[in-house]
Amino acid sequence: MRPGFRKETRRLSNIPRDGLGFAGGSLLLVALLFGATLWVMGRVKQTMAANGFQALWADVLLVGVTLAPLALLWPSARSLGQARLARRALGQGDLIAARVASAEAHTWAWFTLGYAGAWVIFLLLVLFFIANNVAVGRTFFQLELIADSFGMILRAFWVNVVIFFFAGLLSLAWGLVIAVAKLLPGRPAQPIRFLATFYTDAFLSLPSIIVIYLVGFGLPLTGIGLFRNMPLEALAVLALTLTYGAYMAEVYRAGLESIHPSQWAAARSLGLSYGQTLRFVIIPQAVRRIVPPLLNNFIGMQKDTALVNVVGVIDAFNQARIIASNDFNLSAVTTVAILFILITIPQTRLVDQLVERDRARMRRG
Amino acid sequence: MGFLEVINVVKRFGANEVLRGISLSVEEHQVVCLIGPSGCGKSTLLRCINGLEEIQGGEIRLHGDRISGPGVDLNALRREVGIVFQSFNLFPHMTVLQNITLAPTRVLRMPEGEAQEKAMALLRRIGLEHKAQAYPDQLSGGQQQRVAIARALAMEPMLLLLDEITSALDPELVSEVLNLLRELAEEGMTMVLATHEMGFAREVAHKVCFLYGGVVHEEGPPEEIFKDPRSERTQQFLRSIIEAGRL
Ligand SMILES: Nc1ncnc2c1ncn2[C@@H]1O[C@H](COP(=O)(O)OP(=O)(O)O)[C@@H](O)[C@H]1O
Ligand SMILES: [Mg+2]
Repeated sequence: MRPGFRKETRRLSNIPRDGLGFAGGSLLLVALLFGATLWVMGRVKQTMAANGFQALWADVLLVGVTLAPLALLWPSARSLGQARLARRALGQGDLIAARVASAEAHTWAWFTLGYAGAWVIFLLLVLFFIANNVAVGRTFFQLELIADSFGMILRAFWVNVVIFFFAGLLSLAWGLVIAVAKLLPGRPAQPIRFLATFYTDAFLSLPSIIVIYLVGFGLPLTGIGLFRNMPLEALAVLALTLTYGAYMAEVYRAGLESIHPSQWAAARSLGLSYGQTLRFVIIPQAVRRIVPPLLNNFIGMQKDTALVNVVGVIDAFNQARIIASNDFNLSAVTTVAILFILITIPQTRLVDQLVERDRARMRRG
Repeated sequence: MGFLEVINVVKRFGANEVLRGISLSVEEHQVVCLIGPSGCGKSTLLRCINGLEEIQGGEIRLHGDRISGPGVDLNALRREVGIVFQSFNLFPHMTVLQNITLAPTRVLRMPEGEAQEKAMALLRRIGLEHKAQAYPDQLSGGQQQRVAIARALAMEPMLLLLDEITSALDPELVSEVLNLLRELAEEGMTMVLATHEMGFAREVAHKVCFLYGGVVHEEGPPEEIFKDPRSERTQQFLRSIIEAGRL
């Protein structure tokens, strides 16, 4: 055999650790966690008593929460059991069995650790909530106030939804126009390319709140009939379309450029014109790839509909601010926050799903 | 005057002069094979004939009409000259049937029904009518390449250009594509093909051109080129092909 390329074959003989220390540590952690929970729930009970609040269901809940960390005894006990198996196997020199048991022991110990970490964060949140005699709770989560203002805020939130819906559709179309303009080939199209590039550069750098301000206040001031008679909501839609059209255009452009030039060659070689190639071959493929980032822009725009209050549109946030300043309490604003979260979460999950589907397709090749 | 005349064509990519005054003549119903080392400009020449690349000198004529230079209606030219690529380049978001009917319906403005009938006839002919509703990524490489050929044929071109269309295929899939080409040749389709399939070139080609240095270095009937090449360079190229077990 010639020397050079082959390495000497060696036996893998590292001795596994039994993981007994780690498993024991996890058990100790569960004990500490139980103590901490007991203390925090004690504080909660004190606060409740101080405010004259007394209810059976609350007490049951408190006891339940206090006992919850004990559930972690189970994984940590498993970890300990496996670690002892591993130690025994090591004693008998059975490396394979030891490795299997030790891996199990580590897995269960990590499991305990992960849940314990999450529980600690939960306890901290509870402490924050009840701190200073439930100041946080009173300021943000006054249930009666939330219930009182809910209907009014929901109605105002409809304004956000309408603005978002129209601005979303328009910016999707407008963004595509800009992206195509930016990619037009040849010398005659140079001025158009320049304009499109300037437009995206400008609107990507402008904060949306300034665009909304300028469009919402400025255009009616010009006295041009069309703008003077436009409702504020329509001006808000226009402003958001201008801003998000630029964002969408960038996403479209990335998508269009990601289509391999051979697709252009194939389509053009069949006699399809530039426009036909774009319409039937390039854009359909590009859009499929960029649905997730387009949706992300959608979500971003949705949040920016709260900015339209700067020009006086009575959207959910504006309504909530009015209520909040009457009540000297922010619970109404919390309602708006919750509404935004509620409509956004399904969309983010959808994006995740689309991304995952894309990835699966890539893996298939 | 041949059916297709390539006359002193020059093609540069920046400073890289790939075609340096190349001339080539193809008669109607002839099959001409372009051979030569990788990077010698076979693909570039085919793309120039199809108008996918602009040329910097010389001219190209088809059936007596100038098809290169300013003022040529490229879309009209491409209706008459089909090209099939090494990497198939089917449209992945369309079914096989849609791939084939796209150009006839959009370019020739053929009614949808008629285009589909013609497409199904083509698919029957290549033995893939059961795949009409499949998407390209559900087909084998050989099937995809046959669909790509059918897509080009759907435009009923006067001239078919084929650029190493079997190079990306697994060996056992090559023959199904070559058989289709053989049939087309027998029917009198005028074809120019860049290829490394020397056995096939020998069997089907009326003329073989060895491209080297940006020109046709040597050309002749296949027996002559393969058995008795005159130039040292051609001999060297064929030797390397034989060493690789491809002849
Ligand atoms: N789009 C392009 N831009 C720049 N150089 C290119 C381009 N296409 C081909 N070339 C160059 O032209 C030469 C010939 O390429 P090609 O025609 O693909 O050769 P072949 O098909 O014979 O292998 C190569 O040197 C290649 O680098
Ligand atoms: Mg090539």
